[in-house]
Amino acid sequence: MSSRSFNQRSLAPWLFLAPGLLMFLVYVIWPIGESLLLSLYDWDGLYNREGEFTGRFVGLGNFQELWSDPAFVTSLVNNVLWLGLYLLAVPAGLLIAIFLNQSVRGIRLYKSLFFFPFVISQVVVGLIFSWFYAPDFGLFYNLIEAVTGTGVAILAEEKYVTYGIIAAGLWPQIAYVMILYLTGLNNVAPDQVEAARLDGAKGWRMLWYVILPQLRPATFIAVVVTVIGALRSFDLVSVMTSGGPFGSSRVLSFYMYEQALSEYGYRMGYGAAIAVVLFAIMMVFISGFIWKMWRDETER
Amino acid sequence: MVRYAKGAMALTAALLLSTAAVAQDKRVLKYNADYDPIPLAAMEALIADFEAANPDIDVQLNNFDHEGYKTAIRNFLTADAPDLANWYAGNRMAPFVNAGQFMDVTDVWEANGLNDALASAKASMTIDGKQWGVPYTYYQWGIYFNRDAYKAAGLEAPDGGVTWEQFLKNCEAFKAAGIDCVTTGSKALWPVAGIFDYLSLRTNGYEWHMDLTAGKIAWTDESVKKVFAEFAKLQPYVTANHAAIDWQDAAALLVQGKAANYVMGNFAVGTFKEGGMTNDNLGFMVFPEITPGIPRAEEAPTDTIHIPAGAQNVDDAKKFLAFVASADAQTKLNAALGQLPTNKNSTVAADDPFISAGFESLSSAYALAQFFDRDAPAEMAKAGMEGFQEFLVKPENLDAILERLESVRQRVYQ
Repeated sequence: MSSRSFNQRSLAPWLFLAPGLLMFLVYVIWPIGESLLLSLYDWDGLYNREGEFTGRFVGLGNFQELWSDPAFVTSLVNNVLWLGLYLLAVPAGLLIAIFLNQSVRGIRLYKSLFFFPFVISQVVVGLIFSWFYAPDFGLFYNLIEAVTGTGVAILAEEKYVTYGIIAAGLWPQIAYVMILYLTGLNNVAPDQVEAARLDGAKGWRMLWYVILPQLRPATFIAVVVTVIGALRSFDLVSVMTSGGPFGSSRVLSFYMYEQALSEYGYRMGYGAAIAVVLFAIMMVFISGFIWKMWRDETER
Repeated sequence: MVRYAKGAMALTAALLLSTAAVAQDKRVLKYNADYDPIPLAAMEALIADFEAANPDIDVQLNNFDHEGYKTAIRNFLTADAPDLANWYAGNRMAPFVNAGQFMDVTDVWEANGLNDALASAKASMTIDGKQWGVPYTYYQWGIYFNRDAYKAAGLEAPDGGVTWEQFLKNCEAFKAAGIDCVTTGSKALWPVAGIFDYLSLRTNGYEWHMDLTAGKIAWTDESVKKVFAEFAKLQPYVTANHAAIDWQDAAALLVQGKAANYVMGNFAVGTFKEGGMTNDNLGFMVFPEITPGIPRAEEAPTDTIHIPAGAQNVDDAKKFLAFVASADAQTKLNAALGQLPTNKNSTVAADDPFISAGFESLSSAYALAQFFDRDAPAEMAKAGMEGFQEFLVKPENLDAILERLESVRQRVYQ
């Protein structure tokens, strides 16, 4: 571009991009830089009377501390659990979508009912599931009690608590994936299905070799939103357990909030260090997604 | 004239009001606070009295919501300091004192004889030998019990207190009767700290407890294990799923008679009574003595008012502090709050058995602790309360818990 002379054609794209770029710079790039910088300091979030920054530079001290911090390890392990189990939403959503992709009377109503959990707020989902699991009066608790004789308070049991919360998270996530697949299924070419049928394909082979390849864009989006949803899981943990019992259901985003912003926190630097780690993990996935999208677009 | 607005609106409102007030030729005193509706009305009454006594001062109260205030104060102290601000005593005010955000008000204490009148709260307002604010209210902690539950288990209600042995013996009887001897809801963590604090204060005494929260005692020390040995005696009798429930849910267990005792603060009385309990079946006692001869210390979280270092109208702010600290003002304010005055010359309503029992318990106490999460620095408090919760669920993890707390201690107090 530099070889060309300065003209409207080269200027126009930048002018159109400018508002977006400015926003991106101010609200994304700059805060990322700020967090990176802050993660090198030990700071309680207070300025002194003269308005000066009171933080102390500790280099990579915060990161060193992270590796020996059992709470951080718990959060990291839980995040991996979230990531793995949350992806179950993809096959489950596909299954329901295929099941609902038929024309019977009132199917629209069934579809909306299946989509319903995604419409309600995560906070409400969290509350509903806390009551579901609640000792003494919770449906699930009573069910376990009726079957095994002793009730299990899922949210008070360190072994089960994360699974309990993930189950709550899967409920709306499956609905979301389902709707993605339903729209995808609308675009499946009927002539290809017809042709496959003439060739004698049915059942699993039909699904695997004919339907799924055509659903690839939907699968891609479903995986992307599910992975990102799993990594930024915060609301459910916060509403259902606040990270408890004794910190066993923490995830990185919640631990970051706890350290930096909660009542017992205000370790801004340490919180920022957790944010940096979370950002690094997310970057792995996000760059993967972007790379794939870029490849798809250039190959076309 | 008292005006208030919520949260962010408060700032704009304050700006508008202050211009109006200047026109009226009154000296403005800006006061940022976080009162719930009932305390707000009580404080408004106090401000009205103060303005009547000082007609040339106009107090402008900006009321924030309780949770939002904890974040807001960190911003407004630097950005737009009021002349007065609410906060808490003990280690909770240490970050602001150390950052130079609160003003030294030792002179107010000396000029108004507060060293004597507020003696019980003085230690918790003192950092580096200076006082950094004025307390206006506190409330007692102790054991609230359901007389009906005691009756159901065939036991005598422990009015007037019992020995620790008797208390544990009662617990066995409750267990046999299918009633939780001690209930708590530790989802929000802090309720378990109340139990630990009392076991600690009763086992090793006030000075030791203060040393522990000040980080001078290793968590792996034998003396700490002594506290947990008592905790272990109580552990089997505590509501099983406490980690999944809030303190209000546990209050419901006490109200329904499914639990007999609750180590709680006096603010819970309102909840018990809303649930249908009356002065007839709700009882209060101080936590039983464990190690004989240790002077009895109590928990009494104290709410305080401070002058930010950036205050504009310091003289009038000090006048206000002196007024809030006075016996009459505290009597009236706390009658409306349903809490206890910190001024020992104040009086309390005799017709509320819990208030009078609390006043009696605190004024005869050897010393007052603030509460684990106010005595210990925030990070230690959080780790500690998680440890107590874990211990109550899995007492076999004790050694691992104590080692973890010790490593937190070594980092926090370095």
